[in-house]
Amino acid sequence: MARALITVPKAPRRGEEIEIRVLIAHPMETGHRVDATGRRVPRSLIRRFTCHYDGELVLAAELHPAVAANPYFAFYTIARDSGTLTFVWQGDDGFARTESVRIDVT
Amino acid sequence: MSRRTRGACRGTRALPTGRRGDAVAIVASVIAGCAAALVFSGARADTSGPGTAAVSAAAPEVSAGVRRSGLEDLQPATRAMQLDDGQNPGMLWVIEGESAWARRPDPAAPSCADCHDDARRTMRGVAARYPAFDAGLARPVDLGQRIDLCRTRHQGTAPFGPETAPRLQLEAFVAHQSRGLPIAPPDDARLAEFRARGALQYRTRMGQLDLACADCHDRNAGRRLGGSLIPQGHPTGYPIYRLEWQAAGSLQRRLRGCLTGVRAQPHAYDAVEAVELQLHLMRRAAGMPIETPAVRP
Amino acid sequence: MTGRRHALRIGAGLAAVAFTRRAAAAPDTLAGAIAAFTGGAPATAGGVRLEVAALVDNGNTVPITVSVDEALARVESVAVFNERNPERDVVRFVFGPRAARVRASTRIRLATSQKLVAVARLSDGTFRSDTVDVVVTLAACIEGEGG
Repeated sequence: MARALITVPKAPRRGEEIEIRVLIAHPMETGHRVDATGRRVPRSLIRRFTCHYDGELVLAAELHPAVAANPYFAFYTIARDSGTLTFVWQGDDGFARTESVRIDVT
Repeated sequence: MSRRTRGACRGTRALPTGRRGDAVAIVASVIAGCAAALVFSGARADTSGPGTAAVSAAAPEVSAGVRRSGLEDLQPATRAMQLDDGQNPGMLWVIEGESAWARRPDPAAPSCADCHDDARRTMRGVAARYPAFDAGLARPVDLGQRIDLCRTRHQGTAPFGPETAPRLQLEAFVAHQSRGLPIAPPDDARLAEFRARGALQYRTRMGQLDLACADCHDRNAGRRLGGSLIPQGHPTGYPIYRLEWQAAGSLQRRLRGCLTGVRAQPHAYDAVEAVELQLHLMRRAAGMPIETPAVRP
Repeated sequence: MTGRRHALRIGAGLAAVAFTRRAAAAPDTLAGAIAAFTGGAPATAGGVRLEVAALVDNGNTVPITVSVDEALARVESVAVFNERNPERDVVRFVFGPRAARVRASTRIRLATSQKLVAVARLSDGTFRSDTVDVVVTLAACIEGEGG
């Protein structure tokens, strides 16, 4: 399960500062946990997250095991033009996910 | 009362080494200390004969006027996490369940939607009246079990199994359709004997710590145990996203955790005893609004 | 890694000198991790703010927010470090040209009582920091990993 929940205002006004909230399902297994049989659960993390607005960077994040499971980020951009927000998550064991959300600026 | 020595929690696991070991050592002593500090007033039921368990003298049930959902006792940041769908981790399970609702397990089998159409309409109120009696099994089942029964009886496919991701996702999606609706245990005479056994379980002392649910969650709800607030324990938001689990989980999982916490044998998943206790808890919470997906520590 | 914790702000009293003990700063210490990020340069307290909720319910999921004073020179990145988790790094943010302001929130794990430090790298090559002292207590009736 690697669904992502992305929350942006539906129809922001031009020039309005908007908050972008993203949440993705991922256990962010640290590699330090031990399971019920005593075996170390192998590390498996999301390592990197980026958000671009029409190809320009809004935010990039480098994640370490101290980031909580089901990583959440909230950050801000100015709604300049109608366009596309692109979100990319990359991590261990080939984890890769891209989501795009259209912004319609009024 | 010589309950102190029986209350001492030794647990069954060796203390791990390192930093976390220090943390566990502190907790073990806190539990022992707290068990000793919980002085229960009221006479214990005088039990005799084989197979009888010690039952706490009937603690005053939490009356409708003073019932509190755990939501009210969360720290502001955690409460904000639940009340904002954009940051509620439990919503990840709900949206996954939403897409599973429309998915056929195989081309020849119906999806949930094929029989139940739009869940927003047809599943509204369902979680509020579960557990429900299942005629086929002649016993009550909870919502997760009901989903698995649909899989085998109506979709011709294998059940997901208790506490599996797909079952939790569908359970979260279905229960979410009742968010805001009051818990409404069904008026079904067939449930009476099961619910009564659940009520008895709730008052029965158990485990190495020799505590009944009522001892903490009725008698001492609102007070503190080892720095944590003791909740009343109403099942208003299941499946919950529990910060301790870093995942969503069912009421069954939570109750197994409670039983382990008092060092009693937890119920097997989907066992009738597990559902009996749920029946009692839902009756105790009747009228409180469903919050699924709730966020809890 | 469970429990609730209090956050106490140390405030601007933290002297820059605390981060310049290069010679003694092993990479797995908090000072060492910060020194690796700053290349040994000092980080002046203030200008960057690390917000941690005063009371949280569980160390597994602790909301934090990093933000930088708008009056400062352009911020290139903000890194957050911890003192006593198994590893020092928590998260690093790079704010791009479309970021409206230098402010980002996330949720982190805290294993035990410890310091958390946010260090901002400014475009003029200088560094700013903020430190929060966090107290983590454990919940009773731990049920263990099996849950």
